[in-house]
Amino acid sequence: MWLRFEPRAEPSRLMRYLSPIIAVALMLASGMVLFMLLGKSPMEGFKVFFLNPLKDSYGVAELFLKATPLMLCAVGLAVGFRANVWNIGAEGQLLVGALAGGWLALHFEGSNSPLLLPGMIVAGALGGMLWASIPALLRTRFNANEILTSLMLVYIAELMVSWLVHGPWKDPDGFNFPQTKLFTAKALLPVLMPGTRVNAALFIAIAALIAGWVFMNRSFMGYQMKVAGQAEHASRYAGFSAKRSVWLGMLVGGGMAGIAGISEVAGPIGQITEHISPGYGFAAMIVAFVGRLSPVGIFFASLLMALLYMGGEQAQQYLNLPYSISKVFQGMLLFFLLGSDVFINFRVRLLRRINK
Amino acid sequence: MDLSFFTSILFATIVAGTPLIIVALGELVTEKSGVLNLGAEGTMSVGAVAAFAVAHHTGNPALGILAGMAAGMLMSLIFAFSALTLVANQVASGLALSIFGIGLAAFVGKPYESVALASVVPLKIPLLHRIPVIGPAFFEQQALVYFSWVMLAAVAWFLYRSRAGLILRAVGESPVAAHSIGYKVVRIRYQAVLFGGAMAGIGGAFLSVFYTPMWVEGMVAGRGWIALALVVFATWRPLRVMVGAYLFGGCMVTQMFVQGSGMKINIPAQFLSALPYAATVLVLVLISRNRGTIRLNSPASLGQPFLPDA
Repeated sequence: MWLRFEPRAEPSRLMRYLSPIIAVALMLASGMVLFMLLGKSPMEGFKVFFLNPLKDSYGVAELFLKATPLMLCAVGLAVGFRANVWNIGAEGQLLVGALAGGWLALHFEGSNSPLLLPGMIVAGALGGMLWASIPALLRTRFNANEILTSLMLVYIAELMVSWLVHGPWKDPDGFNFPQTKLFTAKALLPVLMPGTRVNAALFIAIAALIAGWVFMNRSFMGYQMKVAGQAEHASRYAGFSAKRSVWLGMLVGGGMAGIAGISEVAGPIGQITEHISPGYGFAAMIVAFVGRLSPVGIFFASLLMALLYMGGEQAQQYLNLPYSISKVFQGMLLFFLLGSDVFINFRVRLLRRINK
Repeated sequence: MDLSFFTSILFATIVAGTPLIIVALGELVTEKSGVLNLGAEGTMSVGAVAAFAVAHHTGNPALGILAGMAAGMLMSLIFAFSALTLVANQVASGLALSIFGIGLAAFVGKPYESVALASVVPLKIPLLHRIPVIGPAFFEQQALVYFSWVMLAAVAWFLYRSRAGLILRAVGESPVAAHSIGYKVVRIRYQAVLFGGAMAGIGGAFLSVFYTPMWVEGMVAGRGWIALALVVFATWRPLRVMVGAYLFGGCMVTQMFVQGSGMKINIPAQFLSALPYAATVLVLVLISRNRGTIRLNSPASLGQPFLPDA
């Protein structure tokens, strides 16, 4: 018996939405196997990893806190991914955004101006856009592959953060720790629920999801980018500018990632350190794919991904497993998604071998 | 600058360039078959940790390298299944492999983070290592350095002088044509991806067993991505891979150069560490600027899915 993939006449809409659910189920199943291989009880592992994080309202607030930068980054990336603009440097754009907004916070330290925080958010977006404009320029002007250039810029951004917090921006009274001064009150995002850390950036993220939905589904430019992604030749024939798609995809991705940077440094961290993001910019790519590049999907996928981060923390604390287990889960999820996506365009037929 | 200093810079450049050559040669063969595997960074990470663990437990670095190679092949098998059998998007599959591999390596490697390996005595090539100045730099190296040169010759011979290499390139240029005259496109691509995975695993193993020799999370530090860029830089030609790898190797050891030269300039370490990444961007720009060069040299079906009987 042989398996054979037969192309469907039309992509299956059902499978398009079922595939992420299958992927999550497969991830859970292999997670249980993984716990078993590690000598832990699978039920216990499941409970600690997926249920423990949400057992109280603080946990739920943390879930939304961690989902915020993921939503921001993912919705921005989705705009580009739809047009086959592969910005994989959101992590770097997030960091540069955090630096740009953080610079304002440090420069106007102690300011009581109500404009400081909005200014930081704008600066964060501009910083991210600036960093994303480099691969955009290199792609449109010099034809350089944006995958590699945007990724290289992540390493450069990390080193830039490291240099600043070890050098010029280091808190002089910080006992030589590589971090800046703490941001003052007016430079911090307001907390939504007393006793938790979830902050106003969540509203920005939800607004971004709505704006993203309108752009993708109701604007001509959004339509052009979708065509550019799905049928390059048709798009060129229709006279849609490929360069504009690249620029827009990159800048939206960078701007959103920059705001995500602010949501961290002006949020739970409250200063600039070497550890601004636990890989949100990379995880956001998985979020964008699992969320089917649609804002509604991204909302739920962000919550799932945030849960994986929190599960990793719990597993570290209660199961004595390394925190990086959450990255293993994240990677598995993406693979299972890509794998089950095959059923969108193909159906599987069992073929009997003909006996000769 | 005295000569022994020159020798040590040369030595360090070759060491830094070696994993790049090994990984880039593997990726070159993979890409020549028309498959773009962006998973090199993740494959290297897993190869590095597997090699380190085995070398640590057995005390045998050679077994470590073999383990790195096997781990690399297993990793690339996941990619091949996703991108070739399930015809998933190659870019997304490769990114998934990198994310998964980096996470898996960090997870598996945690217990080894505080362990160090004994450094391995280099292999001196008789007579040649006595050549003044360059002898100690080129011929008192680890076995894998010589391996990288042998593989360079082997890959060049395979691609341009062997029948199998011709078929592999045909598959990369036009899978439909190759398929129609009876070549098993998917099988050949599987083999090419496995070779790339093995080489990426060995490249990672070189880092953890010889170069550092230890395991730290994130120690691959973008070398997998730089190797990908090297393939573009080399316009898919083996010999240029070596030239590029040593150029980048040179960028990576500038820190040593600045410290050793006794120059009185005070450059923050981070700036020097950023050099290879900045150089990668620059090199990509210089090569890609001429669209014709890329179009002429890159395998025509690179990144395109292929489904037999479809």
